[in-house]
Amino acid sequence: MLQVEHLSYDVVEEGKQSEILSDVSFTVNDGEMLVLTGPNGGGKSTLAKLLMGINKATGGRIILDGRDITDYTIDERAKAGLGFAFQQPPRFKGMTVRRLLSLAAGETLDEKTCCNLLSSVGLCAMEYIDREADATLSGGEMKRIEIATVLAKQHKLCVFDEPEAGIDLWSFSMLIKRFEKIHRDKKESLILISHQERIIQMADRIMVISDGKVDSIGDAKDIMPALFNQELDSCECRRQKGGELYDG
Amino acid sequence: MTADQTENKKMELDQVTEDVLKVIDSYGFRQEGAYNLRLNGMAVCHGDSRHIHIVKKEDKPGIDIHISGEAQDEQVHIPVVMSQEGVDVVYNDFYIEDGADVTIIAGCGIHGEGCSETRHDGIHAFHVGKGCNVKYVENHYAEGNGTGQKVLNPVTKIYVGEDSTFTLETTQIKGVDSTERENYIELADRAKLFVTEKLMTDEGQTAVSNMDVELNGEDSSARIVSRSVGKGNSRQVFHPRAIGGSRCHAHVQCDSIIMDQAEISSIPEIDAKHVDAQIIHEAAIGRINDEQLVKLRTFGLSEEEAEAVIIESFLK
Repeated sequence: MLQVEHLSYDVVEEGKQSEILSDVSFTVNDGEMLVLTGPNGGGKSTLAKLLMGINKATGGRIILDGRDITDYTIDERAKAGLGFAFQQPPRFKGMTVRRLLSLAAGETLDEKTCCNLLSSVGLCAMEYIDREADATLSGGEMKRIEIATVLAKQHKLCVFDEPEAGIDLWSFSMLIKRFEKIHRDKKESLILISHQERIIQMADRIMVISDGKVDSIGDAKDIMPALFNQELDSCECRRQKGGELYDG
Repeated sequence: MTADQTENKKMELDQVTEDVLKVIDSYGFRQEGAYNLRLNGMAVCHGDSRHIHIVKKEDKPGIDIHISGEAQDEQVHIPVVMSQEGVDVVYNDFYIEDGADVTIIAGCGIHGEGCSETRHDGIHAFHVGKGCNVKYVENHYAEGNGTGQKVLNPVTKIYVGEDSTFTLETTQIKGVDSTERENYIELADRAKLFVTEKLMTDEGQTAVSNMDVELNGEDSSARIVSRSVGKGNSRQVFHPRAIGGSRCHAHVQCDSIIMDQAEISSIPEIDAKHVDAQIIHEAAIGRINDEQLVKLRTFGLSEEEAEAVIIESFLK
């Protein structure tokens, strides 16, 4: 179980202290899927980076399975059982996809395992396994490889920052199936940052973050109507202004 | 000759030489086929194959290597090992007949325990015929606790004939205190050149690499990739120059990772002397990318481990 207590993150900009996240508390139970959503710039990615130790929280505590990991480095958190998929993954000159997946798994992976991992994110394995994870790959390809690196190892909890971004529809539905399986197996907890309706619908619970604060958190069935009403509102707003409505 | 007789002819090499050979000859040096081992300024053993003949020069130190057009997918190994101090200058000329397909594995390793200079200057010329496929692999390395400078100053001239492909792979990863490399390459019609240069310097080491590529032939092409890592107080200077004298295509890419107090200069030069010459140069120097480090640390690697993985991949 992940417990986050009163987490905050301040930065000093031009000599002035500004609060990016303030007093964020929540829990993620074993095998649970929590979806973080909310407006852009609200603090979701910052929260994810604080969980992984990429940015250091200025206040509060993070507890994983009863162990206080607040002061752990990134690699210590990884060893403690956290996995992390970046929104915009970096590329590596000279490193093959196979090597990257092996590093992620913490052991040399055989061809079959690499192929299964790549197939599960919608990539034709044989085309990619010996390619370099460098600028010759498109954003969508790199993003799917990024997700495969997190799937390469069993974690206690994985954080995926906008896994759907840049991924085509066909691969997206494969990805959804993969998340559904992890969720069904209940061996790993998931935190997904997403704006995507299909991902939000999979959640056990939803947390809406806005202006660096928890706007609302609760069971999916309670939070979802409010989210979708907002969408209706925006359509209504567009209609009142005389704009076109999208089909379907 | 029977296999046993061939076995008997093999020269016994000491452990230091064997160990250095393992580093500089990644294909494996076995005293079989065509080979020539130069040890401390002397050619100590050599062998010919049916299609490759090695002849000792009469007028100066070095060898002439004659490769017949019938050589297909063959190898020739010509390593140099220096385990004693001194200066060794050697002239090797390769004559490669039309249609040959060959891999030449050269390289120099210094094991220096003394306090004076150990230096090897390998001066190589390649005369490549038409329709050949030649790969030249050169590995430079030095080891040992001696305070004497370990110096390698290779000069390589390559004349690539029509419709031939020449692949040049040079690697210097460790131990060489000072190197000044001069490369000159001329390409005839439809000749193709692929160069991969990998270099890592540390402590007070210096490395200078000058490479002139003359694309004189119609539709000749060159792709040059240089990757380097500068650590400690080391200094590196790269000066690749692509000269397009006819309709041609060249791409030069220099990437360097700079660390500690190292200094790296990259001086690209591209000269077009023909309206259809297309020449591109890309050069970048920068520290290890933070995002790459963070990504590898999310796999559980420490900062030092992540750094080592990034450098190893970059120079692979």
